[in-house]
Amino acid sequence: MSNIITVVIDGIAYGMLLFLLAVGLSVTLGLMRFINLAHGAFAMGGGYLAVTLTNRAGLPFLAALPITFVAVGLVGLVLERSGIRHLYRVSALRQVLFTIGFAFAMSAFATILFGPQQQPVRLPLWFSARVPLFGVEIAGYRLFLIIVGAIIATTLAVLVDHTLWGARIRAAVDNRRAAEGIGISVERLFAITFGLGTGLAGLGGALSIEFLGLDPTFAFKYLTIVLMVVAIGGAGSIEGPILAALFLGVADGLFKYFLPEAGSFVIFGLFVTVLVFFPAGLKGRTT
Amino acid sequence: MAHLVSSGILGIRAAMLAAICLCFGSLTASEAFAMDGKLTVGVILPLSGAFANEGQQYENGIAVFQKIYGKTVAGLPVETVSRDDQGPGSGDLARRLTQELIVRDKADVIVGYSFTPNAMSAATLLTEVKKPAIIINAATSIITEKSPYFVRVSWTLPQAAATLGDWAAKNGIKTAYTMVSDYAPGIDAETWFKKAFTAGGGKIVGEVRTPVTTMEYAPYLQRVVEAKPDALFAFNPGGDVSVAFMKAAHERNLAGNGIKLLVTGDVVEDNSLQLIGDGLDGVISAHQYQIGLVNPENERFIKVYKELFGADTSPNFRAVQAYDAMALLYKAVEKTGGKLDAPLLMDAFKGEKLNSPRGPIEIDPQTRDIVQNIYIRKGEKVNGHWQNVAFETYAAVSDPGKSPAK
Repeated sequence: MSNIITVVIDGIAYGMLLFLLAVGLSVTLGLMRFINLAHGAFAMGGGYLAVTLTNRAGLPFLAALPITFVAVGLVGLVLERSGIRHLYRVSALRQVLFTIGFAFAMSAFATILFGPQQQPVRLPLWFSARVPLFGVEIAGYRLFLIIVGAIIATTLAVLVDHTLWGARIRAAVDNRRAAEGIGISVERLFAITFGLGTGLAGLGGALSIEFLGLDPTFAFKYLTIVLMVVAIGGAGSIEGPILAALFLGVADGLFKYFLPEAGSFVIFGLFVTVLVFFPAGLKGRTT
Repeated sequence: MAHLVSSGILGIRAAMLAAICLCFGSLTASEAFAMDGKLTVGVILPLSGAFANEGQQYENGIAVFQKIYGKTVAGLPVETVSRDDQGPGSGDLARRLTQELIVRDKADVIVGYSFTPNAMSAATLLTEVKKPAIIINAATSIITEKSPYFVRVSWTLPQAAATLGDWAAKNGIKTAYTMVSDYAPGIDAETWFKKAFTAGGGKIVGEVRTPVTTMEYAPYLQRVVEAKPDALFAFNPGGDVSVAFMKAAHERNLAGNGIKLLVTGDVVEDNSLQLIGDGLDGVISAHQYQIGLVNPENERFIKVYKELFGADTSPNFRAVQAYDAMALLYKAVEKTGGKLDAPLLMDAFKGEKLNSPRGPIEIDPQTRDIVQNIYIRKGEKVNGHWQNVAFETYAAVSDPGKSPAK
């Protein structure tokens, strides 16, 4: 029994990692309906910033995390004001082309700045400690992911569903003209929300280095799985992506444990199955 | 910074090449460059994308060799023309680049192929046009049998895996679990570890093949811990996947559960040791090169490498293989007295002996594959840095994948 608990807890931690990596996208793509394929590039930017802060500036990893969140968020905000705000009303294809082009450029830029190799990151010692939990042992890092993921999920869910900002953003996405008509400053709202999304992307990138490594291809390597999390979760909610990420993480772990022969087919098979039965995702809002 | 400079030079070189191609592209005189008194080496490497890091190591190795031995051999100026095959998912591209290098750039010999599919896809083409190719890494055993114009200076997975299996069986390991990435080199590694280990009296108690790009190894390792083998033998494709695997093995505390971790040396290559960190502690690996090897060639190699690319950089086995590819080529061209006909070169390659930074190596005249020392190493902290420290040497190991006796 304890072995299955271990696999499930590891799966939850892996799912939380997927959630942390995807949550920024569920804000920009899910809430704002902007096809943001540059999400991975922002996450990569967060990763490199965290590495620079810890390895070169000597900051502790935990202190680097909030700085990364704020800094990448500010970059996102500036980019939104200077360019991306003109793209909300263009076709989805042009959004895709712009953002994927941006991601390619950032990937090349990272190669010039940091080289093509993997980046090491200095982490707190307790990340590799083994913490007893429910009669099994779990790595400190995985426990940390679960806690951070839970905090961010709760905060965002409350923000989106129970605050004025949340109501405004939902209103503005659904019907921009009506929202502006009743006096909501949609421009400012979108800028802040986009900044929040990119900040979360940066934070997710920084948190995942230990697990996924960091090199200039990070901008694309995990885009598929992150898009899957948002698609399964359904656009326009925060509960959706977290459910989706935990589902994928735990299912992936259980299949690897009980049926390793199924290989990498599992996660994509689950993806297709879910979308056949829930075309709008688990918690998708239909508009 | 060094990287910035080198990529800048590359860019200029590529632009000049493009300009030259434009000027001469319309010339149809097919012999224009063939007997023009120079040795043109077509180089095919992954220079962009996820494996650009590896490509850079090969380029560096070639640069180190030419820094030491110069850019002329047997009176011929040596010109290298580099092409980017982008990684393992592009066999068709590697084949096309091979063709372009031979037809358009009049390459006399190809040096390259980091990945098995890329070498495989070029095999029939090389046979058709009768041009020699020196394989710089691709390590699946069967490749050299696919074209009589292949010669390999790198290594084969059976070489490392079978040696490790033999060592394990002789060193108190009775039971083993195998975990390999599910593609051709992985199957090679699994097959030959098992053969050598069971031949030595060991028993395989479990095996699993994992998806090539998987980053989450925890559930697989949980299974291993429950099976309680004496050792886990693992192979995966290097880079971020191998780092993730090594970290996961450390997290799962294999050593604390009494399970020794055995891997092929590329999983714990010199350049990723800093990333793996404490996960390297006590890990046994089998490989043909580690930076700590003591011989004059290696000392000079590392010295020039650091001179060229910076004191804080270090070469890995890939750089050494590229260095040896050039060494083999230079020696062969000296032997033919500057004649570049394929049959003469192929004959010169066969049986060639070199003093490599990895120790003495030889090209087996029958199989055109490399014969070399395989070192059994253990992960240890030396002066505050993690290193693979060799403690046993299997001398002159040939590829067991081809010996009919086994």
